[in-house]
Amino acid sequence: MNARDGSRAPLLRVEGISKVYLMGDVSVTALREVSLDFWSGELVVLLGASGSGKSTLLNIIGGLDVPSSGHLIFRELDLTTATKPAMTDFRRRSIGFVFQFYNLIASLTALENVQLVTEIADDPMPAEEALRLVGLADRMGHFPAQLSGGEQQRVAIARAVAKRPELLLCDEPTGALDYRTGKLVLEVIERVNRELGTTTLVITHNSAIAGMADRVITLRSGEVAEDRRNATKLTPSELSW
Amino acid sequence: MQPLTRKLQRELWHLKGQMFAVVAVVTCGIAVFVSMSSVKHSLEASRWNYYHRYRFADVFVQVKRAPESLSWMAARMPGVAAVATRIVTDVTIDVPGLDEPATGRLVSIPIRGEPPLNGLHIVAGRTIETDRIDEVVASKPFMEANGLKPGDRVGAVINGRRQELVIVGSALSPEYIYEVQPGSFFPDKRRFGVFWISRRALESALDMDGAFNDLSLTLTQGASEKEVITRLDLLFERYGSLGAYGRSEQLSDRFISDEIKQLGTQITLLPAIFLGVAVFLLNIVLQRLVSTQREQIAVLKAMGYAGAAIGRHYLGFALAPTLTGALFGTVSGAWLGTRLVRIYGDFYNFAELVYVVRPQELLISVLLSVVAAAAGALLALRRVMLLPPAEAMKPEAPPVFRPGMLERSGFGRRFPVPARIMLRNIERRPWKSALSVFMISLSVAILIAGRFTYDAVDRMVAVEFDAKHREDVTVVFTDPMPPSVAHSIASLDGVLEHEYYREEPARLVFGHRSRRQTLKGLPASADLQRLVDAGGRVVELPVSGLMLTRTLADLLGVKPGDRLQVQLLQGSRRTAELPVSGTIDEILGLSAYLPLDELDRLAGDGGAINAACLRIDPSREVSLYRQFKRMPGVSGITLLKALRSSFDELIAESMLTSTLILTLFACILAFAVIYNGARISLSERARELSSMRVLGFTEREISLILLGEQALFCLAALPLGFLLGIGLSALLSLALSSELYRLPLAFSPANFLFAFAVVIIVGALSGLAVWRRMVTLDLIAVLKTRE
Repeated sequence: MNARDGSRAPLLRVEGISKVYLMGDVSVTALREVSLDFWSGELVVLLGASGSGKSTLLNIIGGLDVPSSGHLIFRELDLTTATKPAMTDFRRRSIGFVFQFYNLIASLTALENVQLVTEIADDPMPAEEALRLVGLADRMGHFPAQLSGGEQQRVAIARAVAKRPELLLCDEPTGALDYRTGKLVLEVIERVNRELGTTTLVITHNSAIAGMADRVITLRSGEVAEDRRNATKLTPSELSW
Repeated sequence: MQPLTRKLQRELWHLKGQMFAVVAVVTCGIAVFVSMSSVKHSLEASRWNYYHRYRFADVFVQVKRAPESLSWMAARMPGVAAVATRIVTDVTIDVPGLDEPATGRLVSIPIRGEPPLNGLHIVAGRTIETDRIDEVVASKPFMEANGLKPGDRVGAVINGRRQELVIVGSALSPEYIYEVQPGSFFPDKRRFGVFWISRRALESALDMDGAFNDLSLTLTQGASEKEVITRLDLLFERYGSLGAYGRSEQLSDRFISDEIKQLGTQITLLPAIFLGVAVFLLNIVLQRLVSTQREQIAVLKAMGYAGAAIGRHYLGFALAPTLTGALFGTVSGAWLGTRLVRIYGDFYNFAELVYVVRPQELLISVLLSVVAAAAGALLALRRVMLLPPAEAMKPEAPPVFRPGMLERSGFGRRFPVPARIMLRNIERRPWKSALSVFMISLSVAILIAGRFTYDAVDRMVAVEFDAKHREDVTVVFTDPMPPSVAHSIASLDGVLEHEYYREEPARLVFGHRSRRQTLKGLPASADLQRLVDAGGRVVELPVSGLMLTRTLADLLGVKPGDRLQVQLLQGSRRTAELPVSGTIDEILGLSAYLPLDELDRLAGDGGAINAACLRIDPSREVSLYRQFKRMPGVSGITLLKALRSSFDELIAESMLTSTLILTLFACILAFAVIYNGARISLSERARELSSMRVLGFTEREISLILLGEQALFCLAALPLGFLLGIGLSALLSLALSSELYRLPLAFSPANFLFAFAVVIIVGALSGLAVWRRMVTLDLIAVLKTRE
C-alpha cells in the first residue's frame, strides 16, 4: 500500500512506467511497469545497485527523460504528454535537483549560483537565506573553485531549495564526498525536508542512508523490489557506513 | 592500422566541423599564396621571354630630329651593344565605324626584315613588304577592339595630309605590353593604337630624309646604364633631346614592373593573415581536445605509450587539416592563378603569356602548412607531454574565478545572473577573448580592404573625371602652336568652352637630385582643367612658382619655398631657377604645374600652346569629331567620356574578380573563427548549460549565454575590424601605389555596412549551427559525466 491517507491525492503518481532503451539492435529495459505514489513532505530513499533503474526513474520524475509507456502525474498534470516548454516550466517551478558532481557554474559565486535560480523562480526564498540554511552564510562570495567538495554540494542544495520546490531530487548526493562531508550534506538534506516540508527523493546505492528516510524503495532490475516505511527514522549523525 | 591512427581518423571525423574550418582557412591562405606567386612569376617569365626574344631595348631617347650619322656615334659608345633608329610620330586616325577620332602612333620599321631592336610579333597577316605609305601593321589590341582585320583600311592625317592606311597584319611589341596613349594612364584600346610603317614612307611624309627622331639601344653585359645615358644626353643635346632614359622609365615596362612589385607585397601579407588565423584556430581546438581527453592520455601513458608517441598522435590533429588545406589551396590557387593571368592578359599584351607554377611554391605551401600545424599544436602538445599519468586520471580542477573588475566596481551586480556568467567567462580569459575578437576583426579588415579598392577607384574616377577634368575633349598638337591657332578650334560650331595649356619637357634639378619632367602651364583661373587633390578638394594654382605633386616633391626632396633649377629641354633650352610654391596630393602621376604666362616667359618665345581643352555641345558631337579627324597638326585627341567608359570596363572586370575572391575568403575566415569559437564555447560550457537547462532555464535563456558571448565578440570585433581594415587598406594603398599613380584612401559607408552585414549574417549562421547542437544536448549524459 502506497497511500498514506486515502482522502488526499499524492503529489506525484508514477503509473506503470516502463523505459526501454534501444542501443543498436539490442533493446535494454531499464524500468518495467513501475508504479509508485509520492506524498507531500515525505523523505524517500530510493535504493538500488548500479543498473537497477534508479537513475532512470529519477530522470523521468525530474522531467529530463520520457518513459516508453505509462504515466507520470504531478498533481493534476500528466507529464508524459507535456510539451517541451511545459517540461521546462515544470522543472523551473516544481523541481529542485542536487547532482552527484554538484554542477555549479564555475563563473558564479556561491550566492550567484543560488540567485541563478531565485531570479527565474516565482516565489523563491532569498538566496542568502538558502545559503544560511545549508550553513554557508560566511562563504557566499566564494567561487566554486574556492570551496571544498562538501561546501560545493551544500551550495547545490541551497540552489535546489531556494525556489521552494515541491519535489527535491538528489542523485547520489554523497557519491563524490568523503564520509564526514557526506554526513554533513545528508544533515542539510534532512533539515530542508524537516524545516521546509519539501518532498525529498534521495537516490543512492548506499543502503546505510536508508535509515534517515520516512520510506525506502528498493529497485532491482527495473522493478520495485521493496517499498517499506521506516518504523524509526535515524538522524544523519546516527548513520554510519 | 595502428589503434592510435584509427583513433585519429575517427576523432578527426567527429571534429569535422572544426577541422573543416581550419582546412578552409588554410586553403584560402595557400590559395592566395600560390595564385599570387604564380601570377608574379608568370608575369616575370613572360616579360623576360618577350624582351629577350624580341630584343627589347635597354635605353631610349627621343629627339626632335637628328642625322642618321649620329647613330654610328651612339653605337661606338662604350657599353652599347646595338643601336636602332626610328621615326615615331603620333597622328589622328579615322577608324571606320568609330565616330570619335582615334590616336595612332606611327613607328617606322624596315621592309620585310625584322627591326634590329624592339621586334614585332606578327599575330595575323604579314609584316610590311613595300615602301608605300599605305601598308601598315597595326597593334592587335587596337584591331580587336575595333573589329579590324588584315585588309581593312583606316584614315590618318600625316603631316597635314590625309592618307589611307591599309592594314596588312596585326602585331604585338615588347615596347607596348601596356599600350597607352601618351599622357594617359589607362589603356583605351579602341581609340589608341600603334601602327608600324615603312621608314621610307615616314621619311617622305614627315620630311625626315636621312634623319631620325627616336633611338633605342641595348647595353653590353655589365655596362653602366647611367654612363651611357649621360653620353647620349651630351650627344643629342643640340638635337632637341628630351633626355635619354632606361627601361625603368619606359612607360609600358614601368607599369608592368610596378604590377610585379605589387604582387610581391600581396604574396606575403594576405597568406600571413590567413595562416595566423589557422594557427589560432588549431590552438584552441587542440587545447580543448587535450582537456577533454586527459583521462585517455593518462591511460595511454599508463599503458606504456611514450610521451612523444602520444604527442605525434595529437600533432596529427593539426597536420591533417593543414596539409589538406595546403593540397586544396595549391590546387585552387593554381586554378585561380590561371584565371588571374588571363585577366592580366587583358591589361598587358604579351606575345605569349606563360603560366608558371614553380615547384618551389608547392614546397613552400607544404612547409608553411607544417609550420602552421606545429605552431597551432605547440601549447596543446606541451600539455600532453608534461601531463603525469596519475594527475591526468583526476578530473581537471574547476576553472578558477576570482572577483574581477566587474565585482570590484560593483557594476556586475546590475546585470542578471546569466549575463554575469557571460561577462565573467570573457573576463576570466581576457587573452583568449581578446584573441577571438582580434581574429574576427581580421576577417572584417579583409572585407574592408577587399572592397576598399572599389571605393578607391570610385574616388579616383570622381576626382579625375568629374572634379579635375571637366572638359569633354582634349586636342593635343604635334608642335607648339601660337594661341591664334587654338582660337580657330574654339570657334568651331559646337565648342561651348575652351581653355589652353602648354607643356614643356624639362629637367628639374635640386641639389644632386634631378628628374626629367614635363612642365604644364595652366591659364589663370583654369576652370576646365582644375587642380584637385586625392581628397577631391580643388587647389588654386599660385600666381607664380612651381606647384609639384607630392610624389614628385618627395622624389626631388624639395618642400614649398625651395628653389628648383629648371632646364627646358626643347626650343630655347633656357635654364632658370623657380621657387616651389606648393605641393598637391594628386592621384595620378608626377606633375609640375605653373602659370601659363610664367612658362611662356621661361620659354622666351612669346607664348605657345600644346593642347586645347574643350567643352562641347553633345548635339554637335559627331560633326565636331568629323572635323577633328581631318585636322592637321594634331597628334592626339582624348575624349573624356570614352576614356572613362574604357576605364570602367577594364577595371570593373579585374576588380570584380579580385574583390569577389577576397570577399569570399573573408567570409570563410569570419565563419571559421566565429563558428569555431562558438563550438569550443559549447564544448566547454555543455555541462553548465545542461545544469541550467535542468534547473529550469529555457533553451532561449541558455542560448543567450553562449551565443551572447559570441555576439559580443562580433560586436566588439566590428569597430576594431573597421580600424584594422582602414590600416590594411592603407598598407594595400601603399603597396599598390607607384610613382605613376596612387590608390587614394577612400571608404564609402557601403563598405562598412557590407562588412557589418557579413559579420552579422555569418555570426547568425554559425550561431544557428551551434544552437542546433545545443538544443540536442543530452542533459542526462552531460550531468553524469565528470568534467
